[in-house]
Amino acid sequence: MTSRSSAPPWWRNRRYLPWLVQGVVALAVGVVVAFLLTNLLLNLTARGLLLSWSWLGQPAGFDLAETILPFDASLPYWWAMLAGLVNTLRVVIAGLVGATVLGTLIGTASFSSNGLLRGLARVYVEVIRNIPLLLQLIFWYFVVFLALPNGTDAIQLPGLVLAKSGLFLGDPQLVNGVWQASLRFTVEFGALLTGLVVYTAAFIAEVVRGGIASVPKGQWEAASSLGFTPLLTLKRIVLPQALRVIVPGLNSQYISLAKNSSLAVACGFTDLYSVSETTLNQTGRAVEVMLILLGSYLVIDLVISALMNGLNGLVQLKER
Amino acid sequence: MPARFTFTIPLLAALALGGCAGDGSGIQSQKMAAIKGRGTLNCGVDGKLPGFSFVGSDGRYSGLDVDICKATAAAVLGDPAKVTYRDLSSTERFAALGSGEVDLLSRNTTMTLSRDAPGGNALAFAPTTFFDGQAVMVPASSGIKSLKDVAGKPICVETGTSTELNLADRMRELNATYTPLKFQSGDQTFAAYLQGRCVAVTSDRSQLAAKRTGFPNPAEHLLLPDMLSKEPLNPATINADPAWADAVRWVVYSLIQAEEMGITAANIDAKLAEAKANKNLAQLRRFLGVDGDLGKQLGLPADFVVKTVKAVGNYGEVFERNVGQGSPLKLERGVNQQWLKGGLMYSPPFL
Repeated sequence: MTSRSSAPPWWRNRRYLPWLVQGVVALAVGVVVAFLLTNLLLNLTARGLLLSWSWLGQPAGFDLAETILPFDASLPYWWAMLAGLVNTLRVVIAGLVGATVLGTLIGTASFSSNGLLRGLARVYVEVIRNIPLLLQLIFWYFVVFLALPNGTDAIQLPGLVLAKSGLFLGDPQLVNGVWQASLRFTVEFGALLTGLVVYTAAFIAEVVRGGIASVPKGQWEAASSLGFTPLLTLKRIVLPQALRVIVPGLNSQYISLAKNSSLAVACGFTDLYSVSETTLNQTGRAVEVMLILLGSYLVIDLVISALMNGLNGLVQLKER
Repeated sequence: MPARFTFTIPLLAALALGGCAGDGSGIQSQKMAAIKGRGTLNCGVDGKLPGFSFVGSDGRYSGLDVDICKATAAAVLGDPAKVTYRDLSSTERFAALGSGEVDLLSRNTTMTLSRDAPGGNALAFAPTTFFDGQAVMVPASSGIKSLKDVAGKPICVETGTSTELNLADRMRELNATYTPLKFQSGDQTFAAYLQGRCVAVTSDRSQLAAKRTGFPNPAEHLLLPDMLSKEPLNPATINADPAWADAVRWVVYSLIQAEEMGITAANIDAKLAEAKANKNLAQLRRFLGVDGDLGKQLGLPADFVVKTVKAVGNYGEVFERNVGQGSPLKLERGVNQQWLKGGLMYSPPFL
């Protein structure tokens, strides 16, 4: 039995110490946040600017190049930003699908018995992930997509036209020198999507490669001795086990893709960031617009995280 | 006071220095004190616009906007070379000014109500240094003769500019649909235009003319006759420092007034000697700071006009050298002529 006098004082007691440290840290963070907010409000007040949201209801006055939601300049700012958000979601969702497919193909290709395929997969990953995304977007847009022919010189296939102004599907018609069709993807959308898919796929390929490499070699050998083909082994034995490692890594790549979509302004695509920039310039409401932007990307990323965590729960080992 | 809560140590240091620098003028300008403490004027410019602000092959900035920076530095610091230039995009410029990153924005910025008003961007504008208007440029081969012909087609425009809104307004008036392709920088905007993504590009007339000089074949591009807007281009400071805004305002006026009085960079010394010798030249003596305390009232040296004109010449000289007949742009003086010659350049009296 230890006597009371030999017990450490309370501030060194392991029962209280963690709480004390956490309390001090929480207090420090709170003070810093309060200081920053006070500073912001004082600065805004000094310039006669107080947070206001009434401008959101005023007519935007500017036009947007491409929107799924109907839009014209007489509609309010909040609708313009919503149209931008929908465009962002469009490119993010398409990008997630594209990057996952391409990344998985390249990741598995790096285990191919074909040396050429293996080498190509490695080169792809090393080249793509070492070039800044912004440069790649500018390359795709200005060098690749804007080099497409236009007007009557456009690439024409049955039911499909590929021109400098975009990809036209359905029944493309040349009206007054401009291609029109029921379904249309602009080159701005194309360049952004291509850039995001190609870039993110390189990182996803590495995640997939790491996941497959984490499955013990014995699994391959056991499957092979049971007469499984390599493709079947991959599909039925290796990938299900690799997913446990892959899914958490994919989550962060998906979040990166969503955030990187805001580089759209480099290739002229009308995304949430682009609309916000115009809005900010017209209204001068920098803080409010930034809060909306921050909130929107935060929500998008939290939704992706929640979905991926759900998926993660499904693929993890169930211990019974 | 907002500055007390600001994290920027340089500003605090400058404030401390400014506190003891006081020239006995009693002018309360934190900005001016900060500039004097720092020893250099931070001037926000475009940097990529020939004639207005452009870095030449010798690495030096030149242009009409740059000359305003130089004249201001000459007035405040006594040396036109003491300027630190910051290249700013149209979207960065107001944030850079508001956060104190630059003291003065001399970047072909259009003065508008919402930018000027305390409930908007809360800027303080100096007098117009170039009266401009928004125009549209098209390839000569396109056959487009007026803005109406652009209907239904894509138009390239730089985002974060007043041109974006003017274009939307005008196209609605014409009841014409169009596709605005927006880019963050002028370079991207004009690159997309040159690549043929859009059949037209819109910007201030002077800016289109300036950018065109850098095109592979400038003669293949036409400016449409349509004038979409009026674009008075003014230097700007923040609204929160009226004394600093006044100083910049009268630096610009000093160049305009000098032209009206026939004072040039070449004859300023002779004019000054003449003013000193002849007590009857009251107006000239006041203007050049021989008599009175006009400079002191602004917190500037008495002879600030002598310094500004020596640094860059009068407004007419600045115009001709950078954008007028003495430059590759070869713009007409037009409405930028002195008021006595039917133009809009008019300085209030130096009294």
